[in-house]
Amino acid sequence: MNMLTDFPVSLIVLCSGFVLILIGLWGMLTQQNMIRIIIGFSLMDTGIHMVMVSIGYVTGGTAPIINDAVPVNEAVNLVVDPVPSALVLTAIVIGLGVTAVMLSFAVRLHKAHKTLKIDEFTESRW
Amino acid sequence: MIKRLFIFIMLALMATIFFNLASNYEENRSLSKLGRYYVEKGPQEIGAPNLVTAVVVTYRGLDTLGEVTVLFISAAGVGLLLRRSRRKQDDEQINGEQQEENIVASKPASEIVETATQLLLPMIILFGIYVFMNGHLSPGGGFQGGAIIASGTMFLLLALPESHLSRLMIAITESLSGFSYVVVGVLGVILAGGFLDNRFMDLGTYGDLFSAGAIPLIYTFVGLKVGFELSAVLDRFRQEDSESESA
Repeated sequence: MNMLTDFPVSLIVLCSGFVLILIGLWGMLTQQNMIRIIIGFSLMDTGIHMVMVSIGYVTGGTAPIINDAVPVNEAVNLVVDPVPSALVLTAIVIGLGVTAVMLSFAVRLHKAHKTLKIDEFTESRW
Repeated sequence: MIKRLFIFIMLALMATIFFNLASNYEENRSLSKLGRYYVEKGPQEIGAPNLVTAVVVTYRGLDTLGEVTVLFISAAGVGLLLRRSRRKQDDEQINGEQQEENIVASKPASEIVETATQLLLPMIILFGIYVFMNGHLSPGGGFQGGAIIASGTMFLLLALPESHLSRLMIAITESLSGFSYVVVGVLGVILAGGFLDNRFMDLGTYGDLFSAGAIPLIYTFVGLKVGFELSAVLDRFRQEDSESESA
């Protein structure tokens, strides 16, 4: 029991988020295949969401939705911070939009050069 | 080699920053001041049991409008990018015929998938509508409901690749719901406290489906807009795919 209170759940989420950010960055920087770069971006995106959610966690808190289990009067002591949750909701949608645009870029580049290797596009770099 | 070294150094530095952040992390014991305000005042001011929805749609409603705009721009960008490449492909068609021959025509979906689609598609769309109509009461909301509707479209496109989505219908629905969203926001300025204020409609009984003022209305528009927008994006990718195969 003592072990559990010393090592909070949100810390696990936070550390997993940081690890995902690093994996995503590594993938974006080292991979040649454009699809893999996009996957790296998505991993980093997810990692950042996890970090943001874990920052909003309050010890013992539950989802900020008022119902029978969370009465209005006691809600302040029972729920997690709704602001980071709302921010992550926004961030997920933006990430989706960015991913869609990146994928269509990849499709178009593949049409033009018949390859997904990013090093083949040196002539159109700038 | 030198590039790899730089990448390694950068990742190591990032890892150090993250390690310091994580080792100094302390779990919050209570809400931040802003969070406390939203949790205390939200239910009375906005009338929405789901406080995340109260923050997203009303307190930070302008951000959500911007978010919808970003999604719209990215959908438009996908349309632009994939349309242009198609025109280019028509020019290349003659040159590329030999390569095209090697591509095997995609296998049609099995009967089980087709039947399951016909059975499940209405339910998926109904579930999407449920999620965005109940965004102020339960977990969910316009974006989630829209994503569920788009997943229904994805299902349809996978099972019945020949099915035709009307671009015009999608464009009209999307534009109308986007426009209505802004109109609802402006009505908030005229009839209530400010842009996207939900209180120009009666707050109703707390916890009812039609309560919390304009939130169900706003989330319906957002849900429709997101759902049709994502369907249009999926359709663009699908057409790109089928044209490269049939050309």
